[in-house]
Amino acid sequence: MYTQTEVIKDTTASGSEGELVINMGPQHPATHGVLHLVITLNGETIKKIEPHLGYIHRSIEKMTESLTYRQFTYVTSRMDYLSAHINNLACAMTVEKAMQIEVPERAQVIRVLMNELTRIASHELWIGAMAMDLGAFTPFFYAFREREMITEIMEDSCGARLTMNYMVPGGVMYDIHPDFQKKVKAFVQQFKDKVTEYEDLVTNNVIFQSRTKGVGYLSKEDAISYGCSGPVARASGVSCDIRKIYPYEVYGKVEFDEVLDTAGDSFARYLVRVKEMNQSIRIIEQLIDNIPEGDFQAKTKAVLKPPKGEFYTRVETARGELGVYLVSEGGTTPYRIKYRSPGFSNLSALDHMARGSKIGDLMATMGTLDLVIPDIDR
Amino acid sequence: MFSLEGITKTIQDWLFSSFSPTVALLIECAIIILLAIALFALLGLVLVLMERKVAAHIQIRLGPNRVGPGGMFQTVADTVKLIMKEGLTPDMADKFLFNLAPFIVMIVAMLLLAPIAFAKNFQIWDINIGVLYVSAVSSLSVIGILMAGWASNNKYSLLGAMRSGAQIVSYELSAGLAILSVVVLTGSLQISDIIESQKDGWWLFKGHIPVIIAFVIFLIAVTAETNRAPFDLAEAESELTAGFHTEYSGMRFAFFFLAEYINIFIVCSIGATLFLGGWMPLHIGNWESFNHLMDYIPSSVWFMGKTFFLIFLIMWFRWTFPRLRVDQLLNLEWKYLLPISLFNILLVTLIAIMGWHF
Amino acid sequence: MFLKEYIKDVYNGVTSLLKGMRKTGYYFFHTKEIITEQYPDNRDTLKLAERFRGEVVMLHDENNEHACTGCTACELACPNGTIKVITKFDMTPEGKKKKAVDTFIYHLELCTMCNLCVEACPTGAISMAQNFEHSVYDRNKLTKRLNKPGSKVREGVE
Repeated sequence: MYTQTEVIKDTTASGSEGELVINMGPQHPATHGVLHLVITLNGETIKKIEPHLGYIHRSIEKMTESLTYRQFTYVTSRMDYLSAHINNLACAMTVEKAMQIEVPERAQVIRVLMNELTRIASHELWIGAMAMDLGAFTPFFYAFREREMITEIMEDSCGARLTMNYMVPGGVMYDIHPDFQKKVKAFVQQFKDKVTEYEDLVTNNVIFQSRTKGVGYLSKEDAISYGCSGPVARASGVSCDIRKIYPYEVYGKVEFDEVLDTAGDSFARYLVRVKEMNQSIRIIEQLIDNIPEGDFQAKTKAVLKPPKGEFYTRVETARGELGVYLVSEGGTTPYRIKYRSPGFSNLSALDHMARGSKIGDLMATMGTLDLVIPDIDR
Repeated sequence: MFSLEGITKTIQDWLFSSFSPTVALLIECAIIILLAIALFALLGLVLVLMERKVAAHIQIRLGPNRVGPGGMFQTVADTVKLIMKEGLTPDMADKFLFNLAPFIVMIVAMLLLAPIAFAKNFQIWDINIGVLYVSAVSSLSVIGILMAGWASNNKYSLLGAMRSGAQIVSYELSAGLAILSVVVLTGSLQISDIIESQKDGWWLFKGHIPVIIAFVIFLIAVTAETNRAPFDLAEAESELTAGFHTEYSGMRFAFFFLAEYINIFIVCSIGATLFLGGWMPLHIGNWESFNHLMDYIPSSVWFMGKTFFLIFLIMWFRWTFPRLRVDQLLNLEWKYLLPISLFNILLVTLIAIMGWHF
Repeated sequence: MFLKEYIKDVYNGVTSLLKGMRKTGYYFFHTKEIITEQYPDNRDTLKLAERFRGEVVMLHDENNEHACTGCTACELACPNGTIKVITKFDMTPEGKKKKAVDTFIYHLELCTMCNLCVEACPTGAISMAQNFEHSVYDRNKLTKRLNKPGSKVREGVE
């Protein structure tokens, strides 16, 4: 039982003279969830950041050990909920790899289309949330208008807006909706029309540029040694797009560029994500009229039993590299599943990036890391 | 024709004929106090609703539309809710200062109402140093904010209060210089004189480019002084949760909220008075018939129209721009606004001496 | 040189801000761009995607017959223990025992709408409904019995 003074003393515990320790989170508007940062300040300058995790730990990895190979994919929608499709795909691909299931061409194309739509939706939300972190509330609504079109496409074809559970071992759960192609084309058109709005409101805005340029610098070496992936690493010049390096599904057959930047600051990370959306649009445009006929799902047994062994697959989510490590004992449930989530490694670089900058810079840095807390905690 | 001047004159005549001068004066004071408080409440309700509607339409939303027709009574419902809420005082807070701070901020806002001319000959106190009074009193509100931040015993509040202190002290300078440029042109600090000098055209049009620059600087500086986005560092929702009023709840929070909107109204009315001619109708040179037509619109409508136009501009800023960082905020003031306004006031002085203005 | 840079800075900054204001100003004055859905008011016209997953229902035809044979495939497929099928043994006219569903219990409060039960069902007895307004005051109301009272399995469904 603490007395009152003890509690006070505990929370204000500071190392040396002139230091101020503040607890940012678990309830804070900028941490986008339940991240808890213990920040040591000198005036407004950050001396140290210590992320505390565990507020949204649901032990997804342990849960998975009691679920069958058909059941365990759906839980991963709850990890990085903004790239639910891509998480599900990683799980489905692991099972396919273990069982050596040949996925029909049509299913592969549908999977890639859905993945790229998810990526755009995720980046749209991120633009809005990041602008909101920097104090501009309006771009959020404009970004959500476009994102809404994607969620409607998802709703039509997959039956849900956020946690779709559309990728199943062997293909996709249903065939695409008859309106799918029409709606995606409408979205691509809308996106191309409206993307200038973000340029006017955010990219070219002098306040936004001065808030993000040179802020939260991450060098190429640091990006590698902290294990960063995705747009965070690519903004520092690390070529790490899994879609390019280890092409899966039909990514090897479509033309797109890996977006790289060398500046390594928040603005570079912003630009990388915006350009990535354009590349996703490029992929969608190539595939949308060329969906091959055929089955949308391979014939699989009712009960999946992968052979004994260890299997690892990786995919590129909207945030970076997601790895699924599966140990199978030959039974109906996995022996062990380990997810390598992109958010966790990206968060680990936060302390390094934010040291010596102001609290306002922390918002820009954290915003461009694009943290999804359930992905970090699992 | 509707005129506030006539009403006040009738009331004054009646009071002075029915009571002794002292009693009549006291009754007048009481009426003014009542009117000021009523204006406060009304402005708070209208401006908060306006802010929400402007924000909603900019953000392609509808905004409040449930309470009353078109959501008209939304803010009334909000106020009722805030009155019902408990006003918490945190443990270990300096209770006296904590409770005093919102009232100081409110009182400062109330004091600023005194020299504003709402319509022709409708002014509480036509003091001969009106402009000086406004800039002197408006800088007092930072005391209330610092007090709130310090007394809350909350680190976020303290940071917010410190930011606010640095910000308001710096932006006083360029706001003052912008006001000064009009004072130089007019040659008087009295509000009624300044308005009178714009009879043949507003200073914004008469004073060439330097006055336009002064007007822009004034707008930026008062946005910063009222702690509005993009200069809302003292509150900075995503950084400091709510800054200096993090710990306030219930009616005491409402006072801060109200004071913010009243301050916006006041700085905008000052801006309208100095640059847009206050209650003076729009007159263009020798267009006699046009000027005559403009005179038919009551002076109070002119004043309110101009003020609300400026308020809309400030709201437009808020919902478009991201927030600046604290050092960039000070950079903007000391490296851009202050040198420009110093140079600008030289130009204005030159114009005033040479008589180049219209 | 310095002054030129300085003026250029100010000019570029101000124009970039004005561009943003033009965009927001456009939306302020063009109210037809508003995208708000007036949800509770548009309930009658609200149309959800036909694949939208709101809750699990069991399809009954006009004779109060369903296609559930009580095979419990859905119960096994469910990752959350949402479905509980209580079976009984009916007597067929030939005098043989036949497994049939007695009570099909569905816990809506546990359901994540993953659609695995519908996929698993061999006879297409259950499907997803588009209802999404699930709020009730009593938690017990979320536990539902899906097969209607007195219903029986359709002839010929194995």
